[in-house]
Amino acid sequence: MTLDASLVGRSYPPSAVYEVGREKIAEFAAALGDPDPVYRDPVAARAAGHPDVIAPPTFAIVLSLGAGDVVLADPDVDIDYSRVVHGEQKFVHHRPVRAGDRLVATASIEAVRSVAGNDMLTTRVDLATEDGEPVCRTSAMLVARGSAS
Amino acid sequence: MTAVVRFADVEVGTELPGQVSRVTRADLVRYAGASGDFNVIHWNERVATEVGLPGVIAHGMLTAGLAARAVTAWAGDPGALVEYSVRFSRPVVVPDDDQGAEVVVAGRVAALLDDDRVRVDLTVTSDGAKVLSLARAVVQL
Repeated sequence: MTLDASLVGRSYPPSAVYEVGREKIAEFAAALGDPDPVYRDPVAARAAGHPDVIAPPTFAIVLSLGAGDVVLADPDVDIDYSRVVHGEQKFVHHRPVRAGDRLVATASIEAVRSVAGNDMLTTRVDLATEDGEPVCRTSAMLVARGSAS
Repeated sequence: MTAVVRFADVEVGTELPGQVSRVTRADLVRYAGASGDFNVIHWNERVATEVGLPGVIAHGMLTAGLAARAVTAWAGDPGALVEYSVRFSRPVVVPDDDQGAEVVVAGRVAALLDDDRVRVDLTVTSDGAKVLSLARAVVQL
């Protein structure tokens, strides 16, 4: 089985609004063992030039994981999820995600490839505020091992 | 955004302070909850070995998050990290003991870019083997 090249460019409806909370950011920073005060203390964040506490650069994965499920649920995306591993991940930040953000995630298919019997699917998720301000673009490359054989 | 490191003070080859982290099973449970990634291979030895893994493995994004920490700690403001990309080349196997796995991060400035930005290349290893390849950050200084 091979992923259909015509899937490239397919876009999915935007997600419901995700409201970024200070406690969730602090929880994520703690899970990385990162003591940086800009993740917890609004005063420290403002001193660093941010309107409120900001999230670690990889926090966007929380939203992009959920948004990417839309792609895997697409019946045209014929991929065996039990064989999927995370191959690559990229983040491009227009600005840091911060507490109080009301974000909408829009998923699309950026690339499909088949190499040495492995299917590779690159899903892009654009995060923007509900008012349309771009915040972050993420790309996840998933590899379905041996599914093309 | 106010990075503490100044563009004028770095050159190609400037090394970032190294970082050594330990990742235990408890850390995987904590990251699963914080990230929402509850894939069983990150907490269930039976399932992990059934699908051909050597054991329970760390979330790739946990390893990538630890590596990014070395960059944000150096830059002085996490908001200065504007681009970050990683390739997951090898899983970090986390044993069921109190020591867990060691993740070692080294970084160096690999290129000076326009607009006071620099590219930092990271070397991330566990048990002597590279676990991330092409781990790169663009930092706004």
